[in-house]
Amino acid sequence: MTAPRDREGRLAWRLTGFVTLCVYIFMFAPILATVILSFNASMFGGFPMTGFSLQWYGKLLANEQVLTAFRTSLWIAVVTAIVTTAIGLVTAFALVRFEFPGKQVLGTLVILPALVPETILGVGLLVLIKAVDQPRTMVLLILGHILLALPYVVLIAQARMVGIRRVYEEAALSLGASRRQTFGEVTLPLLLPAVVAGALLAFTISFDNTSASLFWRPAGVETMPTQILSMLKISISPEINALGTVMVVVTVGIPLIGGLILQGLTRLRRRNEPKEEV
Amino acid sequence: MAAAQSWSIYDRRLAWALAAPAAILLAVLLVAPVLMMAVYTFYTFVTAGVESATLTLDNWKEFLTDSYYHGFLWKTMRVGAITAIVSAVLGYFPAYFIWATTFRHKWLLLLLLIVPFWISFTIRTFSWIHILGEQGLINVTLLKLGVIDQPLTMLYTEGAVIMGLTHFLLPYMILNVYVSLESIDRTLISAAQSMGCTSAQAFREVTLPLSLPGLAAGLLLCFVLAAGSYVTPQLLGSGRDALFGNLIYDTIMGELNWPMGATLSIVLFVVLGFFAAIYTRYMGMSQIVKGLGG
Repeated sequence: MTAPRDREGRLAWRLTGFVTLCVYIFMFAPILATVILSFNASMFGGFPMTGFSLQWYGKLLANEQVLTAFRTSLWIAVVTAIVTTAIGLVTAFALVRFEFPGKQVLGTLVILPALVPETILGVGLLVLIKAVDQPRTMVLLILGHILLALPYVVLIAQARMVGIRRVYEEAALSLGASRRQTFGEVTLPLLLPAVVAGALLAFTISFDNTSASLFWRPAGVETMPTQILSMLKISISPEINALGTVMVVVTVGIPLIGGLILQGLTRLRRRNEPKEEV
Repeated sequence: MAAAQSWSIYDRRLAWALAAPAAILLAVLLVAPVLMMAVYTFYTFVTAGVESATLTLDNWKEFLTDSYYHGFLWKTMRVGAITAIVSAVLGYFPAYFIWATTFRHKWLLLLLLIVPFWISFTIRTFSWIHILGEQGLINVTLLKLGVIDQPLTMLYTEGAVIMGLTHFLLPYMILNVYVSLESIDRTLISAAQSMGCTSAQAFREVTLPLSLPGLAAGLLLCFVLAAGSYVTPQLLGSGRDALFGNLIYDTIMGELNWPMGATLSIVLFVVLGFFAAIYTRYMGMSQIVKGLGG
């Protein structure tokens, strides 16, 4: 891109840069404030800082309710990530590689959970459960999370699959591999980045889900976000700031580490493979 | 399709088998609930938590005649629209900047846009209390500087709700516009400039029109997600700033009036669906898909 040559253009470009900077500050300043305040010695959750202290982290580790909610959210998110990735992959495979009646409908339906407000999805599933006289269970909560994460996993896998040329699969098939072998040995390895990205996103969506979980959770069960919400109803304690900071580290750290591992893997594979490019 | 023919090794039955899990999941957890809700809107409310299957139009009559509900709907649409427009105005600059910059670490700017998606939405939202609240950064700083001698009321207002929603939705907007800008053939802009366009003209005549699909997708997404929000008004607004999502939650979880709750949900579903339908009529679904898939 050539830099704008005229005066007006340069001015506009500078303004664009300035607004961009402001938007980035806008996006991260509140979170930064929470992280900083989690180390505040003060009894109150707000400014000003009165000194450095780690006591709120200690308090957090001793808070049985928080720990239980954390464990609950963790295993729900892990199950959601695994199941959603599996379902999402085969769905994307069907949508990209096959022609079948109902493909259009499925393709549209699968995106809807990302567009329909969670409140509506939440109420709908509850009404259905009530109509057939079933209690709210953990299974319902997990199924709901799978529904919410599915669009993203399918979209990521689809985008990647479109980029994988069919000739690789056709070659494997014509050389005598079965369909299953072809998928396992050709398609899946090529899809690996999408698999990891999809699984991580599904994990985060589940771990982070608030509105729908408020409807779906069984009586007495708190997930991490609903626990935070109910703590917030009392007051903004410094403990919540510490909890928020831990959550940020976990949810930002996991995808970043995942991404790094993935990068390392592809680099390693490239080194081990003979050069095939012309 | 010629490719499909040579691809008959992938038969239809296998396709169905692969698509089945998602199809069943969506049928049971998405389609059936919405249908069931539609049926529930005609049920009779007896008392908290109890309703009978006697069909009635009372819920719809109540919704259509009671201005209490209309006020909520109007406020929700207004907040959704303002949020979408503010996000569009604020979001276009970074999208354009990332697209046009020659900065070597462009990926970092893009990564920073994705990071908020990883951070708990609840935490991102309540963090605003530290900025806007009485003990917040702005008030504490201004008090210390002596600019004001009483804390300003910024939290628990509609403005705070719109700000929280904008904060949550900006990355969606920026990514949508960016994806759209990325698909522009850059030689078009050079061509316009070599034909004597100033850079402002080139932007107005070439870049802006060609990025409109992304902007439209972003506007729809922000509007729909803002209008359906529950947590943000709950945390950053006062009781008066509750939106339609809060109304639905209170009707069902508080009053245990399931038929009315279902009616309100269907209303929101139809209203937002109406906007989405207008959008897809003119733009198609593909732009939204691109924006969501990143």
